[in-house]
Amino acid sequence: MKPRHRLHLALLLLLLAAGLLLGGCHRGEPLPFRLTNISGHMPDLDFKLTDDNGKAVTGADYRGKVALLYFGYTHCPDVCPLTLAQLHVVMQRLGPLADDARILFVSVDPARDTPAIMHGYVNAFDKRAVGLVGDARSVEALSKRYRSAFTREPSSADGTYEVSHSSAIYVFDRDGRARVLATPSASQDDLVHDLHLLLATGATP
Amino acid sequence: MKPLALSMVLSGLLLASGARAADADHVRASHAWIRVLPGALPAGAYVTLENDSDRPVALRGAGSTVYAEVMLHQSSRAGGMSRMTMVDALNVPAHGKAELAPAGYHLMLMQPKVTVKPGDTVTLTLQFGDGSTLTTDFVARPANALDAGDEHTDHAMPAMDHGAMPHGH
Repeated sequence: MKPRHRLHLALLLLLLAAGLLLGGCHRGEPLPFRLTNISGHMPDLDFKLTDDNGKAVTGADYRGKVALLYFGYTHCPDVCPLTLAQLHVVMQRLGPLADDARILFVSVDPARDTPAIMHGYVNAFDKRAVGLVGDARSVEALSKRYRSAFTREPSSADGTYEVSHSSAIYVFDRDGRARVLATPSASQDDLVHDLHLLLATGATP
Repeated sequence: MKPLALSMVLSGLLLASGARAADADHVRASHAWIRVLPGALPAGAYVTLENDSDRPVALRGAGSTVYAEVMLHQSSRAGGMSRMTMVDALNVPAHGKAELAPAGYHLMLMQPKVTVKPGDTVTLTLQFGDGSTLTTDFVARPANALDAGDEHTDHAMPAMDHGAMPHGH
């Protein structure tokens, strides 16, 4: 190939790359997600809950961040910690980019999960994790909003009970729009890939 | 009765009366670890059990001096829902193994009497179907650990901790 042709090719590639970048920034442009794309199929991130510092928060408080919404409870010794530990690994793999992402861990066990308990719990996994609690009605409203569900199993004699809960992770972009859904068995590479796409989109200046 | 015949009768009696080695004598435990959660929250304990005998062995549960209650549980997923159920026993097949691992079978450790910190060793007494027990050391790992942390000890990689090696019998 002649040097001039090579230059042309390089220019063309540069233009293409620039076009792709611009396209990626454009609102509404479909992003090549690897996980289940739920864009336009689930409502925006919206809730009124209390964070693990005891502060009243709404979905709007997380605008500008990519949010990973997950329902669980602290008396869940196996699956919830596993999912949060896996999300921690994903955050680690994102490096400094992860500072623009938040894991929102919503308790479906308002009777036992206080902000203080949630604080210790989420921070044991990742410093970018936020524990959210609320009264039964608020939590139910949020879980219904995402067609997520949970049930409380009958209590045993000593008052302990088990909760079954939705295992999905809902990912929202910086504008609070629902974008992808990850199951706990989803590949970590795919989640990292999709979060990269979302973190590169609509970045706050 | 001739000595040979006597010994044959005796050995026959021994076999018939279940004097075969106890379940626990045929089980080897490895990769034993606990995911420690803050405060007094219940923790999950995991271990790999290998059975070198010709018949299956059932893990029925475990006891501990550190936790007031230990239950054998199974996590399962169906229709996008996660749930945890109590199980009576976990079968370790003949010449096979059973893994208690995250998102599957686990021992749920409740009401710690002392604070268990990552790096600590907690001894659990595994209980089998015939009543025999196997004392096993579990290494306490941080909440965000994904495994026992001893997966690379057989390789050239420098091992960070060797705490998960179980006791012998």
